[in-house]
Amino acid sequence: MSGYFAGIVILTCVNLLAVLGLSLLTGFTGSFCFGQAGFMAVGAYVSTLLTMRLDAPFPLALVAGCFASLLVSIPLGYPTLRLKGDYFAIATLGFAEATRLVVENLEKITGGSRGIPSIPTQTSLPVILIVALFCVWLIRNYVSSRHGRNCIAVREDQLAAEAIAVNTFRYKQISFAINAALAGLSGGFLAHYVGFIQPSMFGIPKSTELIAMVIFGGMHSVTGAVLASIVLTALPEVLRVASAWRLVVYGALVVTIMVVRPEGLLGSWELSWSSLRELRSAWQRRFQTQS
Amino acid sequence: MILQQIVNGISIGAVYALIAVGYSLVYSVLNFSNFAHGDVLMLGAYIGFFSLMLLKVPFPLAIAMAMVGAGIIAMIIEKIAYRPLRLRRAPLLYFMISAMGMSIFLQNFTIVTIGPNFRTYPDIFPVKPFAVGNLSIGRLDLVILIATVIVLLLLTWLVYKTRIGIAIQAAAYNMRVASLMGINPDLIATLVFLLAGASAGIGGVLFGMKYTVYPWMGVLTIKAFVAAVVGGLGSLPGAVVGAFVLGITETFAAAYISSAFRDLFSYLLMTIIIVARPAGLMGTVAQEKA
Repeated sequence: MSGYFAGIVILTCVNLLAVLGLSLLTGFTGSFCFGQAGFMAVGAYVSTLLTMRLDAPFPLALVAGCFASLLVSIPLGYPTLRLKGDYFAIATLGFAEATRLVVENLEKITGGSRGIPSIPTQTSLPVILIVALFCVWLIRNYVSSRHGRNCIAVREDQLAAEAIAVNTFRYKQISFAINAALAGLSGGFLAHYVGFIQPSMFGIPKSTELIAMVIFGGMHSVTGAVLASIVLTALPEVLRVASAWRLVVYGALVVTIMVVRPEGLLGSWELSWSSLRELRSAWQRRFQTQS
Repeated sequence: MILQQIVNGISIGAVYALIAVGYSLVYSVLNFSNFAHGDVLMLGAYIGFFSLMLLKVPFPLAIAMAMVGAGIIAMIIEKIAYRPLRLRRAPLLYFMISAMGMSIFLQNFTIVTIGPNFRTYPDIFPVKPFAVGNLSIGRLDLVILIATVIVLLLLTWLVYKTRIGIAIQAAAYNMRVASLMGINPDLIATLVFLLAGASAGIGGVLFGMKYTVYPWMGVLTIKAFVAAVVGGLGSLPGAVVGAFVLGITETFAAAYISSAFRDLFSYLLMTIIIVARPAGLMGTVAQEKA
């Protein structure tokens, strides 16, 4: 496998990890998070500082970055997840900006806005691929479990969910924590693949790109999130589209999807043996009626 | 020294107030936060800038053009991105996503077409500040304060004293019942966006004069949104009070604690307020109904 192709697959997996979290939080639980890049930054910086300054082994640093991000999500979600979605969206946006501010100003530790160069590139294709697939499997199972159903209930109608004794606040917090952990993991992998991090990598455009992927793939489908991460990471890479026009198209696409087809590309369709069988039999029925 | 900081705080608060009012106006009637408001402001700033630089119109006319232009743009945004969702009674989440999409589109479209460079307004007012005793008051700050007061008075008159304003208030109270009383909800939505857009237009010009004009300047209006939240989303007097509270908090934090972490204190203030008083300083708690 050539290095270039492997690079695209690694970047896809990095995005996929962050998109999976968002898919659970925004798609399935219905809390609009606009600061995903902030959690990636926490994961990236914590894991990088551990491997570079303390010579920690890479897996340990990754887990630490993941946990740091999760820990940050608790005090952030506690006041804001109880309230209407607007507050949460703006709080996450504010959090991402504040994180960037802190990183830029703690120059002694984080290198300020110039960033940290020459990080050991320890992210390898098999490892990230296995981790990403494992996380997809995990989220798929979570979403179709009793807890996942409760998340969907929270999204559909919070009042009704409360009436049937779903602890809406707790489920939102759990989703938020899982989302933060996955984003932290994604950030750690990203830092140790690119070999260089700086605050501007984790700005609003990055959060935008990730949320666009979730919406594009279908907010209620894990398969959609996977598909969108693959298509929207690989396509610009292969076509070499200038990044500014790409974001123009993303913005227009997001509005169009909301207006025309809010369920996104796949809606709530999931890839599984049974859904494939259904698809096959539906296709056969159509074939029979035609002949 | 303390008095000087209060003066600085008020001058920042005035700009925030002008923008926060737009957020609150839309929220009061349509119950969602128009995250594309900041980008309408950015476009208003560009309209003002280009009419001054290219068309060489006098300053008051440039402000008027920015207000009209931004108002029309806000109306078009409502038609394209929000009206179909409103007619379908889509969940709040979709409105927020649509608004974010619009914001991304406007911002990056401006970057691609006009260019990402920072542009500076020409000095219309002398830079030399007034000196009142030990205080120094910037001429531009004074103009901003006066413009804010005029716009706010106009808006107050429009919302509280005219027939249209009473219709807007009725719609804010209950859109469905208001529509039964012969108030056209589509018209109200258009009108509210026109007003919010126009206030963003003049806000953009003043903002651009105080700082600079660039495509992602809309991001700065997050602070105005924070102000609207602090004052109580959906309340016009609340937005103004919140803006001045935020402006003064910020300047004090910058002067006495740390200027690099100024924005952290704004977010901290917002968090404290929404934990202690979720409806904000002046808002009323609305119980969610099925």
